[in-house]
Amino acid sequence: MSHHIVEVRNLQHVYPDGTIAIKDVSFRITHGESVAIIGANGAGKSTLLQHLNGCLEPTGGDIRIGDTPLFKSTLPDIRRTVGMVFQNPDDQLFMPTVFDDVAFGPLNLGLSGEHVVKRVADALDQVGAGHLRDKPPYHLSGGEKKRVAIATVLAMSPDILVMDEPTSGLDPFARRQLMELLREFHHTKIFTSHDLDMVLELCERTIILHEGVIMADGSTGAIFKNDELLATCRLEKPLSMQICPLCSNKHPM
Amino acid sequence: MTSINAAVIDLKRLELMADGNSLIHLLDARAKVLVTLIFIISVVSFGRYELACLFPFFIFPAVMIALANLPPLYIARKILLLCPFVLMVGLFNPIFDRAVLYQVGHIGVSGGCISLFSLLIRSLLTLGAAFILVGTTGFTAICQALERLGIPQIFAVQLLFLHRYIFVLADETGRASRARELRSCGKKGLGVVSFGSLVGHLLLRTWQKAERIHTAMLARGFVGQFYTSRESRFGASELYFLLGWSSLFIALRYFDISGTLGGLVTGIAP
Repeated sequence: MSHHIVEVRNLQHVYPDGTIAIKDVSFRITHGESVAIIGANGAGKSTLLQHLNGCLEPTGGDIRIGDTPLFKSTLPDIRRTVGMVFQNPDDQLFMPTVFDDVAFGPLNLGLSGEHVVKRVADALDQVGAGHLRDKPPYHLSGGEKKRVAIATVLAMSPDILVMDEPTSGLDPFARRQLMELLREFHHTKIFTSHDLDMVLELCERTIILHEGVIMADGSTGAIFKNDELLATCRLEKPLSMQICPLCSNKHPM
Repeated sequence: MTSINAAVIDLKRLELMADGNSLIHLLDARAKVLVTLIFIISVVSFGRYELACLFPFFIFPAVMIALANLPPLYIARKILLLCPFVLMVGLFNPIFDRAVLYQVGHIGVSGGCISLFSLLIRSLLTLGAAFILVGTTGFTAICQALERLGIPQIFAVQLLFLHRYIFVLADETGRASRARELRSCGKKGLGVVSFGSLVGHLLLRTWQKAERIHTAMLARGFVGQFYTSRESRFGASELYFLLGWSSLFIALRYFDISGTLGGLVTGIAP
């Protein structure tokens, strides 16, 4: 099952305008791990994520997905292995109906007829969106769009699931539903998020990025207890780890 | 920007109508596209002074609206919204073309008036047919039908993308425009200058969005070819529908039914 391993060594990325987004990043994520990549705005999270399926080309260093190094020639294989869910589902749902959108990936993989229909049905069922099959994406709510966006990726049977800000823009109920859904996936999962409570619940490991370098890589619980580290990286503890303002009489009532 | 938002909601309503399950809705989109095309060609191919021959063609929208359970008032309102543009096109006909063609009592009706009126009737018919087609088929199915009828895939895909993102762009335009209005305090808000910059921003944002969509497509294995898995069937009912309507349109085009009927009635009546 070595397909499920993500290895990044001395990754660097400089944008054409000279901005250094990633200075030197190395990590190894193994099979079945659930890892959060957190950091302040502009820390390089999204840039890092876009390298994992070859949307951006590294300026230096290398990336391996399983035994396959990321090159132009290996891109099709890597893109099937690494499923990427974008932050804004409107960027991801571009086909006329939910069915067409979920079928887009499998059809590109060369599947046909019944296989595609089955893949689509399975993926939609997995995210509880079977009833949305024939709807156009612009008629869906934010939560529904997010679920369908995940289904579009699941339909390609990826080994690794990469998600950029999965809970952003969702109401509390939709957020909770999505978290329960993600908990059930047994893929290797990599998230970026500012929703640190979600990180605490779903990810056993956390990587903190700060100004293009890794400031910490370790167990989520230990990292969130380190106040000094969090303050340096412009982060703070998840709400659930902070003292309750009501019980501790700090609330100005 | 209530007008933009209202227009989007209105467009969505027309799209939702296509979800119906009447006899007409269930027909293959290709049959409906072909019938509408033949209808439009028949209607626009009449001479500019032809008027009476056009009226029998109203049978098509009437029957289609009735069979497909479409709201006639809604369709009528949509057509009326476009009528000012038609009027603009034909506005000068009565001024330049003053030759009297008919005499009604003491009033002479000029060729310009007849051609303007004929233009209006033709627009009502063709616009009505187009709205009925979208309302019974849906834009997506129409694009797919056009592709299966042989138009290059790249055009069909362009149309589909246009339709998909018109809603996103309209939303963005609405928001940007509202933000501008709110900060102009009821005045013009720097007028054209700020408006130009707003449009420029929208263009750049569209560009960035296009890049993100392309990335999303690449991430799912896109290599330049669009595959569709939709199955459709051009069966007997589609064939009857196509043959029935097209023979009627061709008959109405070549035989002056209203003239014959009129002659019959006036011939019998004293």
